[in-house]
Amino acid sequence: MINRISWTERVLVHAVLILFAVIAVFPFLWLLSTSFKPAAEIFTSEIHLVPETFTWENYQYLFAMKDNLFLKWIWNSVFVALLTTVLAVFLSATTAYALSRFNFPGKRGVMYSFLLTQMFPAAILIVPLYNLIKNLGLLNSYTGLILAYMTTALPFCVWMLKSYFDSIPVELEEAAKVDGLNTWGTFYRIVLPLALPGLAVTGFFAFITAWNEFLFALTFMSEQSAYTLPVGLRTFVFQFRTDWHYMSAGAVLITIPVLLFFAVAQRWLVSGLTAGGSKG
Amino acid sequence: MARVQLKHVYKRYTADVATVKDFNLDIADREFLVLVGPSGCGKSTTLRMIAGLEEITEGELLIGDRLVNDVHPKDRDIAMVFQNYALYPHMSIYENMAFGLKLRKVSKAEIDKRVRDAAKILDIEHLLDRKPKALSGGQRQRVALGRAIVREPQVFLMDEPLSNLDAKLRVQMRAEIAKLHQRLQTTVIYVTHDQTEAMTMGDRIVVMKDGLIQQVGTPQEIYNHPNNVFVASFIGSPSMNFLRGNLVEEGGALFFRAEGANVRLPEGRYAALREAGVVGKEVILGIRPENVHDEPMVLDTFPDSTVQADVEVVELLGAESYVYLNLAGQSLVARVAARSEIKPLTKVSLALDINKIHVFHADTEQAIF
Repeated sequence: MINRISWTERVLVHAVLILFAVIAVFPFLWLLSTSFKPAAEIFTSEIHLVPETFTWENYQYLFAMKDNLFLKWIWNSVFVALLTTVLAVFLSATTAYALSRFNFPGKRGVMYSFLLTQMFPAAILIVPLYNLIKNLGLLNSYTGLILAYMTTALPFCVWMLKSYFDSIPVELEEAAKVDGLNTWGTFYRIVLPLALPGLAVTGFFAFITAWNEFLFALTFMSEQSAYTLPVGLRTFVFQFRTDWHYMSAGAVLITIPVLLFFAVAQRWLVSGLTAGGSKG
Repeated sequence: MARVQLKHVYKRYTADVATVKDFNLDIADREFLVLVGPSGCGKSTTLRMIAGLEEITEGELLIGDRLVNDVHPKDRDIAMVFQNYALYPHMSIYENMAFGLKLRKVSKAEIDKRVRDAAKILDIEHLLDRKPKALSGGQRQRVALGRAIVREPQVFLMDEPLSNLDAKLRVQMRAEIAKLHQRLQTTVIYVTHDQTEAMTMGDRIVVMKDGLIQQVGTPQEIYNHPNNVFVASFIGSPSMNFLRGNLVEEGGALFFRAEGANVRLPEGRYAALREAGVVGKEVILGIRPENVHDEPMVLDTFPDSTVQADVEVVELLGAESYVYLNLAGQSLVARVAARSEIKPLTKVSLALDINKIHVFHADTEQAIF
C-alpha cells in the first residue's frame, strides 16, 4: 500500500501533519518560553520563542510566596485529584460491573439517571450544588470538592467501564466460578486485571477533570489556603494588570503532573489485553 | 467416581415457558453421555444446571448421591470445558491450568506434578510459559481440557468443545477426547449439536428438542430404533427419508401405498401395525438412504418394494454417491456405490430394503417400529 503513494503525496501529507503538530504544540512552547522570561521582556512587541534573558525568577517567586501558598495549592490539587481518581475508579468499577452482569429492578433507571446529570451544563448545577455543600457544612473542605467532582466523573466512568466489562466474555467468569472463585474473587482476580486498560482510561479521565477543574473549586473554596492550582493561578490576575510571567510558570507546573500521569497510564491504554482468552 | 442423577428437573426463565421440561436421567459412573439436539433445545441449559451456572427451577440434581441443587459450582467437584475455551488471558498456560488447584490450596509440588502430567498427555508441555493469545485454536482447546484434567473432578462437563475448531482438527480432537475418557475413567457429560460427534463419542446419547428428552439410548439403539420422526431425521447423515402414504390391506397382506410407491410390508410387522390401529390410515414410512438400493440383484430380491422415481441430482463423494430423487412430489435420497450408473434427469427403479424400514404415526410422528 505504502508503495502506491507517490513521493510528492508523501511530502504533502507530512507537511500538513507537521503544520498541525506545530499548531498543537506552539501554545505550550510559548507558555514554556514565557515562564522563563522576565516581566519586562513579555510586554515587548517582538516575538522571541527563545527568551533573550533566561531566568528562574518566576518559579522562585511561586515557591517563595507568603504562607507557602503555592505549595499548599499544589498539595490541595494533588490530594483532591488523586482521591477523586481512586474513589471514582473504585465506585465506578463496582457499579459498572453490577450494571454489566446482573439484572435487578431499576437498572435502566440507574443508567439513565447517570446520563441525566451529564445533560446539564456546570453553570446550572453549580447553584444547587453550592447550596447542598453549604448546608452540609462542606465549603472549603476537600470532601465537598471531591463530592462535587464525583458527580461529573462517575457517570462517564460508569458508562465507560460498563461497556468495557460487557466486552469481557462471561465464560471467563463462569470458568472462574467452576475453578473455585466466588463473585468477589471473580471480579477481583479475573475481571479487574482484564479491565486494566478501561480502568486506566477512566482513572485518567477522573484525574484530568479534577485537576483542571476551575468553576466548582472557585465557588466552593473561598479561603486562599484552600485553593486548588487553577483557582490559585487566578490570583495573578488583578483588576488592571495580569502577572503573565508568574501565571505561565504556574501553568507549566500544573501541566507536568498530567504529563507524568499520562506517561504512567498510557501503557495500560493499549487495548487488546483480552485477546486470546476466547475465540476471536 | 460419580453417578449423576437428574430427577424431574425443570428450568423456567419466565413463569410460563420452560426451557427444560421434566428432565429425568441417571448417568452411570464413568459413562460418556452426550446431549445432542438443535440449538435452543435446552441441552446447554441442562449442562449449565449440572455445573451450577444456572439455577434449577424445580427437581433434584444428585452428583455422587449428594443433592447439589444449592451447592456452589466450586463445591460440586466438577470441571467444565467451554466452547470458546475461556482461558484467562492474563495468565500463562501453566497458571491457567494451576489456577483451580491453587484456589483449592493444593501443595505447590502436587500442582506442578499434575500440570506437567496433564501437559504431557495433551502434548502441550512446550507451551506452558506462553499466554493464551499466542496459541492456535486447537492448542487452546487442549489447554482448556488440561485445566479440567488437573482438577481430577468427579464429572467432566463439556459444552460444544469442538465447534470452534476447523473440520480436520475436530475429527482429530474427537478421537483424543475419546482416548482421554478411556484413560481417565471419569464421567463425562458432553453437549453438542453435531450428530456425528454424538454417534462417535457417546456411550449413550440423549436427543433433545424443545426442552424435552426425545430419546435416550446407545448410538446403535438411537440409529436403528428411533422413537419418533424427529430423532430419526436428526441422527444420521444424510438424514432418513420420510414418505407419506396410506397403509392398505389387500388379500391378507399390508401395503404402504403412495403415488409412485406400492411397498409390501414384512409379515413380521403386521401384528405391531394392527395393534397401532393404523391399517387403512395415513402413515409415514421412514427409510435411511443406505437402505435404498439400485443394484439389479437387490431389485430382484425385493420385487414387492420397488419404487419409480425421477433423478434430480447425483453427488459423487468418492467411495459412494448420493442420489437425490423425486418420487411423485416426495423427495427421496439414496446412498449408492460410486460405480452406480444412475444419471441425472432419468427415471429409475429403486428397491427399499423392507427389513430396515420404519413406520410412524402420521399425526403424532411417534414410531410404530
